[in-house]
Amino acid sequence: MLRSDVSDGRALPTTEEPPDPELVQLLAPDGTRRADPVYDAWVEDVDAERLLSLYEDMVVARRFDVEAVALQRQGQLGLWPPLLGQEAAQIGSARALRPDDFVFTSYRENGVAYCRGAAPVDLVRVWRGNALAGWDPWAIGMATPQVMIGAQTLHATGYALGCAKDGVDSVAVAYFGDGATSKGDVHEAMVFASSFAAPVVFFCQNNQWAISEPVGLQSRHPLADRALGYGIPSVRVDGNDVLAVMAATRVALDRARRGEGPSFIEAVTYRMGPHTTSDDPTRYADPEVREQWAAQDPIVRVEQHLHTRGALSEDRAQEVKEHAEAFAMELRDATYGMTAPEPLTVFDHVLVQPSAELERQRSQYAAYLAMFEGTSGGDE
Amino acid sequence: MATTTMAAALGSGLRRAMEDDPRVVLLGEDIGRLGGVFRVTDGLQRDFGADRVMDTPLAEAGIMGVAVGLAYRGFRPVVEIQFDGFVYPALDQMVTQVGRLHYRTGGTVRMPVTIRIPYGGGIGAVEHHSESPEAYFAHTPGLRVVSCATPQDAHTMIRQAIACDDPVVFFEPKRRYWVKGSVEDEVLDDALPLDRARVVVEGTDVTLVAYGPLVVTARDAALAAADDGLSIEVIDLRSLSPLDLDTVETSVRKTGRLVVTHEAQRSGGLGAEIAASITERCFSLLHAAPVRVTGFDVPYPPAKLEEHFLPDLDRLLDAVDQVMGRQHSLTGWSA
Ligand SMILES: Cc1ncc(C[n+]2csc(CCOP(=O)(O)OP(=O)(O)O)c2C)c(N)n1
Ligand SMILES: [Mg+2]
Repeated sequence: MLRSDVSDGRALPTTEEPPDPELVQLLAPDGTRRADPVYDAWVEDVDAERLLSLYEDMVVARRFDVEAVALQRQGQLGLWPPLLGQEAAQIGSARALRPDDFVFTSYRENGVAYCRGAAPVDLVRVWRGNALAGWDPWAIGMATPQVMIGAQTLHATGYALGCAKDGVDSVAVAYFGDGATSKGDVHEAMVFASSFAAPVVFFCQNNQWAISEPVGLQSRHPLADRALGYGIPSVRVDGNDVLAVMAATRVALDRARRGEGPSFIEAVTYRMGPHTTSDDPTRYADPEVREQWAAQDPIVRVEQHLHTRGALSEDRAQEVKEHAEAFAMELRDATYGMTAPEPLTVFDHVLVQPSAELERQRSQYAAYLAMFEGTSGGDE
Repeated sequence: MATTTMAAALGSGLRRAMEDDPRVVLLGEDIGRLGGVFRVTDGLQRDFGADRVMDTPLAEAGIMGVAVGLAYRGFRPVVEIQFDGFVYPALDQMVTQVGRLHYRTGGTVRMPVTIRIPYGGGIGAVEHHSESPEAYFAHTPGLRVVSCATPQDAHTMIRQAIACDDPVVFFEPKRRYWVKGSVEDEVLDDALPLDRARVVVEGTDVTLVAYGPLVVTARDAALAAADDGLSIEVIDLRSLSPLDLDTVETSVRKTGRLVVTHEAQRSGGLGAEIAASITERCFSLLHAAPVRVTGFDVPYPPAKLEEHFLPDLDRLLDAVDQVMGRQHSLTGWSA
C-alpha cells in the first residue's frame, strides 16, 4: 500500500526578488571618487599616474578588441569573442597579479592575456584557426583559454593546491562567466577549494548574458551568494570600476597568500557586444538596457576622474591613443602575416612518445599528399 | 622475489613510485585512512602523509580537474576512481582536458596523470560496479590505456604508468585482485615497455587475444585446447591504446586464425578494432574470419545473470572451434 504524505496544495511560498546588495564601488560612473572604509586602503598606492596606466591598458584592450572584430568581418579571423564593456573587470583584476601567479581563463579574457604579456600574434592564433593555443602558458603565467565552460575552475583549484604543497605564496586565479556558475565543475571547484583552503581566487565576470540567456536563468540570487554555501567569502563589485575591481582582487589575493583559502569575486558588468562575432543580440537583448550600461562605461569614468584631477593632459591622452593604435596595428599585421600550418603537423603532439599506429597514419597520409605534388590541383 | 596478491603488488608499485619521485601525489575517495575500498593504497597515507595521499571530496569531475591543475603545476597525480562505473562523471575532464592538453598546447603542457580504475565483473556486485568502459578511452586520442593481468605486471606497469609523461588510464581487473603471483622489483628500463603486448602462451593453430581479467581464462582455454590437440597462442594485450598490433600480426601470420575476447560489450569495442586491423594487415593469410567473444550489447546485467554475460572458458573454446572450422554452437553438433 502506498504510504505518502502529499501536501494538501497550499500555495508555494513567494520569493521576493532579493534587493540588489550594495556593490563595492570606488569610482562612480561620473568619475566621482567614492570613499570606502574597507577598500580604500587596498588602492592607496594607486596615484594618478598608476590610474593612468590602468586607463591606458583598458584603452589598449578596447582598441585591439575592436580591431579583432574588424579582422573577423574581413574574413581574416574565423571568430572573435568581444570583451567590449568588460575592460575594467579584466584589467583591474589582472593588474593586481604577480608574475608568479597563474591564471586560468575562458575565451573572452583577452584583456587579461594582454596584461599577462601575451603578444599580439598570440591573441589571434587560435581565432584564425591556426592553432589550439595562442601562447606558451609558462612564459606568461596563463593557461591556454578554456572553451569548455567552467572546466578551468578545477584546474585553477588543482594548481592552487600545488602551490600550497610547494610552500610558495603564488595564487591561482580562475576567470569564468555568469553562465559558468551553473556548471558542476565550478561547484566542485568551490568544494575542493574550500575543503583544502586552496589559494585560489574565483573571479566571475557577470556580464549578464550566457549567449542569449540572461543571468536570471542561471540564478535567482546574486551569483556571489553561491560561494557562501561553500564557506567561501565573496563580494560583489562594480565590474566597470577598475579601482574597485583591483581593490577586491587584492583583498582576495592577500587572503590566499596568507593561507586563508579561496575567495569569490562577482564583477558585475555588461557584455556590450555580441557573444561572439557569430551572434545576433538583436534577437534577445533590450537596446534600452544596453544604453543604461553604456552610461556606466568603464573607460569614460576613469577619463572623467583623471580630467577632474587634471591628470590627463592632451599630450598624455594622445600618447595612450597612439599606443593603443600601435598595438592594434601589430595585431592586424600579425594576423595578415600568419601562414597556415604545415599539413603533417596535424599529427604532432598527441602523445609525448608518438604511437606506431599514428606514425603509420602520418606516413600514409604523407604518401597520399605526395601524389599531388607537382600537379595543378594541389595546395596554393 | 615475493609472492603477493595483485592488490598488494599495485600497492608496492605505488609505494615505489612515490619513493622514486616526490612529485607523485595520490588522490581519490577513501584512499587515505581506509586504504581504498580494495586496500590497494593501504598504509600509503600513514607513510607519506595526507599531503601526498589525499582523500578528496566525493566528486569525480572535481578529482580529475584538480589532477589537471596539479599536473599544470608540475606534479604527477595518480587518481583512484573507486569503481569503473564512477568514472563517467570524470569522463568530460578526461576526454576534453587530460587527453588533449598536450596536443592543444603544441607539446608545451604535459599531463602525466595516471588514472587507476578497478574494473570488470564477476564479483556479484550491484549496478555500476562491474563495468568495462575501456573502449571509450581507447577511442580518445591522447590517452594511453593499459590493463594488467598478473601481480608482476600490476607492480611494474603502475610504476611505468606513473613515470610516463603521457596520461595513462590504468584498468585493474578487480576480480583478480586476490590472485597471487611472484613479484620482482624490476628495473623499469629492463621491463617490457608499457605499450607492448606479451605472448604468454606460445602456439601455432589459433591466436587468442585477451587482456585484464580474461588473460587467466584465455590461458585456461589454451590448456584445455591442448588436451584436444590444438595449439593456442595467447597474447596478453596489456596496452589497449595504443595497440601493439605488430605483436598480434606476427602471431596471426603464424596461426592464420584470430579470436579476441573482452568483457566489454561487443559493438564498437576493442575486439572490433583488433579484428579489423588484423584483417587489413593479414587478409590473405587468414584461414577463417576473426571471431569476437565479448559481453553482449546490453547494460551490465544483475549479478545472478552475469555468468551469462561474461566470456568464460567454454565460450572461448567454442570460438576456437569456430575459427578451426569445427562444429560449434552456430553450426550445431551432428554425430
Ligand atoms: C560545456 C559547454 N556548454 C556549452 C558551451 C557553448 N557556449 C559557449 S559560451 C556559452 C555561454 C557562456 O556564458 P558565460 O559563462 O556567462 O560567459 P560569457 O560568454 O558571458 O563570457 C555557451 C553556452 C560551451 N562552450 N561549453
Ligand atoms: Mg556571461
